[in-house]
Amino acid sequence: MQLIPCPWCGPREEAEFHYGGQAGVAYPENPAELDDEAWARYVFFRDNPKGPFAERWVHTAGCRRWFNAVRDTHTYRLMRVYR
Amino acid sequence: MTTSFRTAAGGRIDRSRPLRFTFDGRTYTGYAGDTLASALLANGVHRVATSIRYGRPRGIVTAGVAEPSAIVQIEAPFPEPMLAATAIELYDGLVARGLAGQGRLADKPDPARYDATHAHCEVLVVGAGPAGLTAALTAARAGVRVVIVDEQPEPGGALLGTDDRPALDWFAAVAAELRANPDVRFLRRCTAFGYYDDGFVLALEVLDPERTRQRVWRIRAKQVVVATGAHERPVVFAGNDRPGIMQAGAARTYLHRYGVLAGRRAAVFTTNDSAYPAAVELADAGVAIAGIVDPRDEIPAHWRAECERRGIAVHSSHVVTGTSGSDRVTRAHLAPLGGGPRSGLECDVLLVSGGWNPAVHLFSQARGALRFDEALGAFLPGGTVEGVRVAGSAAGVFELAACRAEGAARAAEALSELGVPAALPELPAVPPAPAGQPARVLWRVPGDEPERQFVDLQRDATAADVLQAVGAGLRSVEHVKRYTTISTAHDQGKTSGVVASGIVAEQLGVPVGDLGTTTFRPPYTPVAFAALAGRNTGELHDPVRVTSLHPWHVEHGALFENVGQWKRPWYYPHAGEDLTAAVLRECRAAREGVAMMDASTLGKIDVQGRDAGVLLDRLYTNLMSTLKVGSARYGVMCGVDGMVKDDGTVIRVDENRWLLTTTTGNAAMVLEWMEEWLQTEWPHLQVSLTSVTEHWATVALVGPRSREVLAQVAPGLDVGKEAFPFMSWRDATVAGIPARVCRISFSGELAYEINVNAWYGRALWEALLDAGEPLGITPYGTETMHVLRAEKGYPIIGQDTDGTVTPQDLGMSWIVSKKKPDFVGKRSFDRTENQRADRKHLVGLLPADGSTVLAEGAQILTNPDTPPMLGHVTSSYRSAALGRPFALALVRAGRDRIGETLHAWHDGASVPVTVTGPVLYDSEGARRDG
Amino acid sequence: MTVEQSPLAAFAHEGGDVRIAEIPFLTQLDLRLDPDGPAFPAVAKALGGELPTAPCTASRLGDVDALWLGPDEWLLLAEPGRQRELEVLLRAAIGEEHGAVVDVSAQRTALSLAGPAAREVLARGCSIDLDPRFAPAGTCVQTLLARTGVTIVVQEERFLLLVRASFAQYLAAWLVDSTDGAGR
Repeated sequence: MQLIPCPWCGPREEAEFHYGGQAGVAYPENPAELDDEAWARYVFFRDNPKGPFAERWVHTAGCRRWFNAVRDTHTYRLMRVYR
Repeated sequence: MTTSFRTAAGGRIDRSRPLRFTFDGRTYTGYAGDTLASALLANGVHRVATSIRYGRPRGIVTAGVAEPSAIVQIEAPFPEPMLAATAIELYDGLVARGLAGQGRLADKPDPARYDATHAHCEVLVVGAGPAGLTAALTAARAGVRVVIVDEQPEPGGALLGTDDRPALDWFAAVAAELRANPDVRFLRRCTAFGYYDDGFVLALEVLDPERTRQRVWRIRAKQVVVATGAHERPVVFAGNDRPGIMQAGAARTYLHRYGVLAGRRAAVFTTNDSAYPAAVELADAGVAIAGIVDPRDEIPAHWRAECERRGIAVHSSHVVTGTSGSDRVTRAHLAPLGGGPRSGLECDVLLVSGGWNPAVHLFSQARGALRFDEALGAFLPGGTVEGVRVAGSAAGVFELAACRAEGAARAAEALSELGVPAALPELPAVPPAPAGQPARVLWRVPGDEPERQFVDLQRDATAADVLQAVGAGLRSVEHVKRYTTISTAHDQGKTSGVVASGIVAEQLGVPVGDLGTTTFRPPYTPVAFAALAGRNTGELHDPVRVTSLHPWHVEHGALFENVGQWKRPWYYPHAGEDLTAAVLRECRAAREGVAMMDASTLGKIDVQGRDAGVLLDRLYTNLMSTLKVGSARYGVMCGVDGMVKDDGTVIRVDENRWLLTTTTGNAAMVLEWMEEWLQTEWPHLQVSLTSVTEHWATVALVGPRSREVLAQVAPGLDVGKEAFPFMSWRDATVAGIPARVCRISFSGELAYEINVNAWYGRALWEALLDAGEPLGITPYGTETMHVLRAEKGYPIIGQDTDGTVTPQDLGMSWIVSKKKPDFVGKRSFDRTENQRADRKHLVGLLPADGSTVLAEGAQILTNPDTPPMLGHVTSSYRSAALGRPFALALVRAGRDRIGETLHAWHDGASVPVTVTGPVLYDSEGARRDG
Repeated sequence: MTVEQSPLAAFAHEGGDVRIAEIPFLTQLDLRLDPDGPAFPAVAKALGGELPTAPCTASRLGDVDALWLGPDEWLLLAEPGRQRELEVLLRAAIGEEHGAVVDVSAQRTALSLAGPAAREVLARGCSIDLDPRFAPAGTCVQTLLARTGVTIVVQEERFLLLVRASFAQYLAAWLVDSTDGAGR
């Protein structure tokens, strides 16, 4: 049971959190202007690196805040969390 | 039977407390402090089990959890399979029998309790031998919280199996100091079986066999000191599996700890010095030592002299090449290591030591790297792991003084990591150990009988199996493990795994260090599922969520349906009614009179703020911001992929406040989804979201006569068709309770949803029942709700949709705004894939025979019994209103097939069905005003 | 004629050195407010004390307990029947600023857990370190207890547990079960 350091509540067991996928994928400014390919990139495509990966998590069972975490996908270590 | 192998005195057993037990149908006596194995040995019983593949007799090999052979089934007080006789603490009334490789689970519920608890500490010490106890003492004196776990009933570790009185006295004093410290938790009979992430260690504590049998400790430690000792390992030779062939260290433990002689005449086969004290001490206790066989050329002078003094022959440069005996070893065959004339030693026990494997399991589970130490011939902790330190024999340190010093040092390091000043405790002086000779690493005696050289006794896997694996081209120990099954049994290869690595390395001609070991996975020792379940069994297995009306439903005979964790009334059968009869009756009441349902489980979210309308416009497919205060609107939410996520109603409470409902199962998901957009994408919007699902009790009042009932209980409310129109809401006093009444319908009938503070849910429900009684008001459950909505073609999200269905597929283009420039999902509707004419559409199906209730999930075919398959039935019911069964289905290009006859594959046969629109009842919507 | 019913019907249990009792019908308001906005001091003035801004803490403000639920969210607890009065007070203080007040009195029910073995009982299902040195009175954590979400408020002589009404019967049954073998 990994501990995830919620930036508000401090370290809590991972069961208190939900995963929100890759961080920093912004909703497109104007979806209507994107062609199918560009829109599909936004909807369906995400990075899958071996190593540090910026992710979003939400402290579901706690303060209900979404936050970002950099996690090493090779070791599972959480390297950094930030609001 | 007399306890003829028990010494006259000595041992750590309590001879004043005899315990009676039964093994393989015979009754014996042992003492408090015995294990089942020591008590059996005391009674002269060596043959305990039968091997799984070859049916060979098997005995007791070890004196602990590494046991690969003596596997038993406990029959009383409660059946427990696959336990090592060497790890079962004896108790009065124990009934056990030896196993032939497989046990039997109980066929009745376990009356005992299994407990679970959390513990937190700064320093966790695993193992209460010399290193662990000293580590715990160092940490405890520094004033931090310490948890120390040890698998044995008393501290001392491996030294419990020696006659080192001063050391054992010191342990007792340290243990007493630790127990007196309120910040130390000393868990005996407790095995740390897994290291997980971030200092999380699970440990299994054995309590009493009858009441609370075991407890799982979930320990979160800032620092961990692993002092788990070492396991003696065997040497593989032909016929090495006979009862009476035992680890030398085990025989020493049986002597000193349990006062038991493993036999009358012992032969010894060792590759290292550690078996010599065993032989000498057994000799002093009266066991005849037939001889010591040692492949080394140089025998340590000290031990050679001790042996000479006792007349013990030492056969240096020799190995054991085979054994004789049927149910018990009778003779060990020996020969010079390089080959030569064979001779033999008559014996009733053969004591073997191939060296020691540090118990690196926890360290390895913590992702610590291992390295092979050539001098010790063993894998040791090689790398470092944050927060985990290894001390004592587990780190390859075997001398008492060094173990203590290392334990103190590792604890001091851990404390320093925590920023806590540490003082090293004063340690007692220990006389120096006699000078020794390096061990000889010998995995297997070279020989021509590999098929009789057992590597894994529990799996009956031999050196021949390993050679065959290597011959088949396997090069990785992980592959050899899976090919041979070596180290996959209950003991997870504690005695066989490293030996197998050594034999493979020998065959491949590579250093064993390059080959490595198989992965050490939790659990270290077997853990019963019952222990992992702990208290989460029976009614506590999973939370049951109930509404404020639940007691009424129970009192009135409702049958329940699970909807997620909720219990919802499914139907309320009258005497003699089955589901079909009850649902037809409940449906008729809703369509022709008045009926009521507990709708409290609907998710409810309060939305406040001046940008609430903006947020709702972005998340629902239709316009919500134009809704007027006092009105309600149905809405659908889609994912960015354009697929329907959830639906519900939205009411506008005031200028800046809205209340929306979600489906029962999606309440948490929808709130989290909305928060995700609000917090991560549009944090500038001034909106706050609050779940109020359980604050409100919701009762649906349904049917053409529902208005009469409402008028009666809400005299202050103008219930007229114009004053209180469809899709509007009013605050009113209902049955004396402040209520919010919404005129919305999930059945097509005139209907209201009445919401009150959940404390008043039952009062409201009973008032409605009273008021409606003259009209035959009928409570109904989820099954009737499903039939009523399906007759109207209203989809259930998650039943008629599956994450691949757009609003357009459902025939609900009307819910998708053309005016809004954007909303979540909008762009996806224009994707080529979502514009295809042959997408699956929600349609109705009428079985042509007018009688078949199609199975939900039934495939829809063009032809009676051949593909292509066009889709499947999503909902299927009998209809009182239609007088026949009907179904909803997702069918490829379904709207273009209306009127066609297709086929549904139902119960092994093809049923012709007519495709219709999804709305089968009151398609003109004439009934909603009553 | 109306009859109030709380989720646990004023359940109480004593055993294993623990006393458990429902505290029904408390006034509970969910308050959303920007802690850096001008309404924050106004609310402090109205309540007679500042809302706690340190995560996982609770403060007593006059006769109201304010529980930190998030950086802009608090749960206010007061004696039964004060919903309307407090809501009016808070809305007046918030004024035109962004904020939200929601009556959630029936959303959760409250349980008090007291006695020498209270921590031991909680430890059976809660992964939070409730050692008084690390979780002194005034600590307020939202977490999981057994298999449900709870808010645990550490008070001087007891723990206050807030649980969603639909889970209350489950949690009460779990607590009673967990008192078995506790204490002594």
